[in-house]
This record gives sequence, structure tokens and C-alpha cells, in this order.
Amino acid sequence: MIEWIGVIVQGVLLGGLYALFAAGLSLIFGVMRLVNIAHGDLIILAAYLGLSTTMTFGVHPFAAALLVLPVMAVIGYVLQRGILNQTLGPDILPPLLVTFGLSVIIQNALLEGYSADPQKLSAGAIETASVNLGSLTVGILPLLTFAIAVGVIAGLQWMFYATALGRGFRAVSDNQDIAQLMGLNKAHVFGLAMAMALAVTGIAGILLGIRTSFDPSIGGGRLIFGFEAVIIGGLGNLWGTLAGGVILGVAQTIGAKIDPGWQVLAGHIAFLVVLAVRPNGLFPRVQH
Amino acid sequence: MGIPTVYRATRASRIAMIVAVLALIVLAAAPWWAGRADLRLMGEIFLYLSLACLWNLMAGYAGLVSVGQQAFVGFGGYMLFALTIFGGLHPITAILMAGMLAAVLSVPIAALIFRLKGAYFAIGTWVVAEVFRLTFAQISALGGGSGSSLPVGIVRSLADGRSAREALSYWLALGAAILVITAVYLFLRSRRGLALTAIRDSEVAASGLGIDIWRTKLEVYVVTSAFTAIIGGLLFLQKLRISPDAAFSVNDWTAFVIFIVVIGGIGTLEGPIIGTLLFFLLRETLADFGTIYLMVLGAVAIVVMLKAPKGVWGLIRDRYDLELFPLSYRIKLNDPKDT
Repeated sequence: MIEWIGVIVQGVLLGGLYALFAAGLSLIFGVMRLVNIAHGDLIILAAYLGLSTTMTFGVHPFAAALLVLPVMAVIGYVLQRGILNQTLGPDILPPLLVTFGLSVIIQNALLEGYSADPQKLSAGAIETASVNLGSLTVGILPLLTFAIAVGVIAGLQWMFYATALGRGFRAVSDNQDIAQLMGLNKAHVFGLAMAMALAVTGIAGILLGIRTSFDPSIGGGRLIFGFEAVIIGGLGNLWGTLAGGVILGVAQTIGAKIDPGWQVLAGHIAFLVVLAVRPNGLFPRVQH
Repeated sequence: MGIPTVYRATRASRIAMIVAVLALIVLAAAPWWAGRADLRLMGEIFLYLSLACLWNLMAGYAGLVSVGQQAFVGFGGYMLFALTIFGGLHPITAILMAGMLAAVLSVPIAALIFRLKGAYFAIGTWVVAEVFRLTFAQISALGGGSGSSLPVGIVRSLADGRSAREALSYWLALGAAILVITAVYLFLRSRRGLALTAIRDSEVAASGLGIDIWRTKLEVYVVTSAFTAIIGGLLFLQKLRISPDAAFSVNDWTAFVIFIVVIGGIGTLEGPIIGTLLFFLLRETLADFGTIYLMVLGAVAIVVMLKAPKGVWGLIRDRYDLELFPLSYRIKLNDPKDT
């Protein structure tokens, strides 16, 4: 029994990481209706940037985040204003195909720069540290990841509903043209949204890199996990995305407990079941 | 004013038809004039051409942008192995059977993923492909994660001698490409094809005219899945070896196919043909550069999508009003004196 509780707790904490994968995806979909196929590869890019930073300056991955996050944000802003803004419109094909092309470019650029060998970010003692909760032992790193996920989502939520920037995001999301008439520069607002999304992606990438080994080919899989968390939780609901991540994480750890080969498959099946039963996700935002 | 007449075939399309027939005769005779490596490459080109036409039918006409077609390519490949090894079927029967099974399987899949809209549909198809990959990786009878080879006896049952087998495999690929292009062409010229073209141009207007959009899309999805599985069977009949990672590779069976269609011209029948030729030209010249080549391909696709979203064929068509496959209707105003 206690064994299964342990499995579920691990799943919940893993869900925090998936929610971080998903938060950026959810944010840019919410603001500009863009689905970024390259999202997973950008997470891996962040992990590699973290790797290069720790190697070059000999610093802890958490310190490397101080550099990686701004760099990712700048990449996001430039990407959005340079390329992605041109793809936005009623036709879904251009953003889809352009981000798909970006995904292939990033993946192969990482392969060229870092080779296909698996890498890992070394975070020292914190990787193996744990606390005892009753008869349960929980790793510090998964706990910290989950806490960061909750913090990031609370922060995004606050930004959306309590700041001028968030008001801008909501305005362009509701009606781009009227927002433009009211003096918002939508190209700039979209750039800021992508910058913020990629900063979150940077956090996700560094935590992923500390948790597991990574190589250039695994981006697609991370995109799928993030996407599943978004759909399970319900589109446009950030706390729902966290819940979606948790459900996905729990399904995966339970699957892995039954048979290690079933970990990822169990997550996909949970997603398909939710899609069959509640096509709008478990906690869809109320339609206005 | 005379009575205007409506016509479809143009002089260019008639010439194109004659050239195509002549080219086909030359291509069908390839086993007698081409070397072994060339024959293999051409077989691969025809199979990629088929995949591109099918993906184009889905994405360019039905608006179903899938990044998970590798699900059906891999399924077709695995069914070839399973039905010949365990079912004792002849490879060609097994491949046709794979197509039928894929059609049956695609209905419940469509019922699920059609709930996702636009780009989310795309990622949903990818999830389905991952489910396929992980499931086949669990089947130890088919070699699990490391895959298996087609037993020699089954390969021999195809034809006597290596060159006869290679010729047969080539003709199957050529035949599949002709079949797919003809089927897509006839479908688009039919009443249903007209409905599909209307959906492509405007879903709202099409539904206003009484077209059942969901049903039309479902039909396209099912037919495409069946043909894609058949092509998958043929691809792995050429390779003679299958593994989950090769069978369900998103790069090989979807990324390349998407690039082919986008660069050639999405939403046209000529586009995939031009795109396939350009893709293989690029691949054969840049193959030594490995990852750089893929980055160039991705960059070319992005530039085409941003600067010339109708692709190479779109540029040609807009400039010269050319149409090699007569799909649209043209109107000629007759001189009153003639009538």
C-alpha cells in the first residue's frame, strides 16, 4: 500500500515538470493562438545552454539559469518578431509548418554542436537528497521542481490578471485589431509573450537536464507531454494545466510500476481516455 | 452573346498527359535499362511521391494537417511482417490486407482525434503514432524494441532470383505511385472532390451549401490511412527489416513528406511531384553533409512557407496559368457566329 502511495506521490511531483513543459505552450496559445511544434526542441536547447554555461563558468545549474533564462527570452522575442509574427492569421498551416521546420533545424543544429551523446546537468548533492514524510521518502529535487512549477503558474496567473502587461496579453487575445486601435503594438506584445514563454521553457529545460539525461532527439517527446498536460487540463486554464501535468505524471509512474516499458504508453492512454470522455479537458475555461 | 462553354482539359494538360504516358513507358522498362542502385532509388522516389500525394490530399484539401502519418506507414510495415510470418500470407496479399486493416483501425482513431482542432489535431496524430510505436515495441514476437527481419523463405516467395525480386519491388512501387495519383486525381474530379475543394476554400461556405464536413473529412482520413499503410508495407518490403524506431520515424515518414509537399506546392496535384523531384535532387547532392542537409531543408521549407506559400508549382501556375492535371473549370465565351 505504502509502495503505491509512494508511486503516486512521485507521479504528482513529476507532473510539476510536465506542467512546466506545458505552461509556455499554454501561454502562447492563449495569447496568439499559436501552437509551437518546436516547443520541445526549445526545452532541449535550454538544457544544452545550461550545460554550456555550467561547463564554461564552472557554476551550478541553478546559477546557470540566471544566464539561460534571459537568453531564452531574447531568442523568443527575436523568433516571434523575426519569423513567427509573419505566420499568424486565419490559416493554421503556416505557423504549424514553420515551427515544424524550426524544430528540425534546432534538433540538427544541436546534433551538429553537441553530438548525439546523452548529457546531464550535474547539480551535486541536491540530486540525491531526500526528506522523510512519515514512512515516505521524497526526493528534494522533485519537491523543488513541483514547488517551482506552482510558483511559475501562480506568477503567470498574477501577471495575466494584475499587471499592465497581462492586460495587454488579454486584450490582444480577445481581439487583435481592437487592441491595436487602443494603442497596443501587437507585434511587440506577441514578442513579449513568446519571450516569457521561452523563459519558462528555460526553467523547464534546466530542471529536465538535472533530472534525467538528454540528447538532441528527445524534444518531440517533451512537446507531446506538454501538449497532453494542456489538453487534459483544458485549454486556456493554467491551473488546469498543472492538474493535467499531475494526471499525466501519475499515469506514467503507475504504468512504470506495472512494467517499465509501459511508462510513456500509460501516459498517452490516460490522455486518449480524457479526450474520449471529456474532449474539452477536465477543467476548461468558461466560454464567454 | 454566344453560349459560354465550360471545359476542363487545356492544351497544356493534353500535352502533359501524352508526356506522362511516354515517361511511364520508359519508367516501366527501367529494370532493363537501369542499374541496381538506380532502380532502388527510383522505387524509393515513387513511394515518397505516393506518401506526399496522400499527405497533400489530407492537409492541402481536407485541412487535416497530420504530423502522425508514420503511424500508418509503420503499421503497414509491421502488418507485412506479422501477416507473412504468422499468417502465412503472400507478401502482396499481406500488404493489401494491411491497407484494409488500417482503414478499419482509422475509424475509431478519427473519432477520437477529430475532436482536436487545427494544430492540436496535428499533435494528436503524433500521440497516436507514438502509441503505435510503443505498442509494437512491446510485442516480443515481432522482435520488441530491436525489431526483426523478413525470413528468407518469405522473400523468396515473391519471385525467383534477386534481380526478378528487385524488378517486382520496383514495379510495385511504380504501380503504387500511379494508383495513388490516379485515385487522388479522379477523386478530386468527382462530386466528392468538388465538396472537398469547397471545404478547402471555405468551411463555412461549404457547410452552408449542405456539405457534411465531418463525414467528408472522415472519408479522406480513412482512405489516406489505408493507402499510407499499403505504401508502408511496400517500403518495408524494400528494406526487408523493421524496427519500431524505423517504422514510426517522424522524420522519415512525416517531416520529409511535409517538406516535399510544402516546397512543391500544397493543395495542388502537381506540387508533390515537383517537390519529390526537388527533394531527391537535394538529397542526392547534399547527402554527404548529414545534419547540415536537414537544416537546409528545414530552412528552405520555412522560406517557402513565408515567401511563396503556394510553393514552386504555385509560382509557375500563377505566372503561366498552367495546370497539368485539369481539375478546375474554365469558361470559354463562344463567338455568336459559330453557334
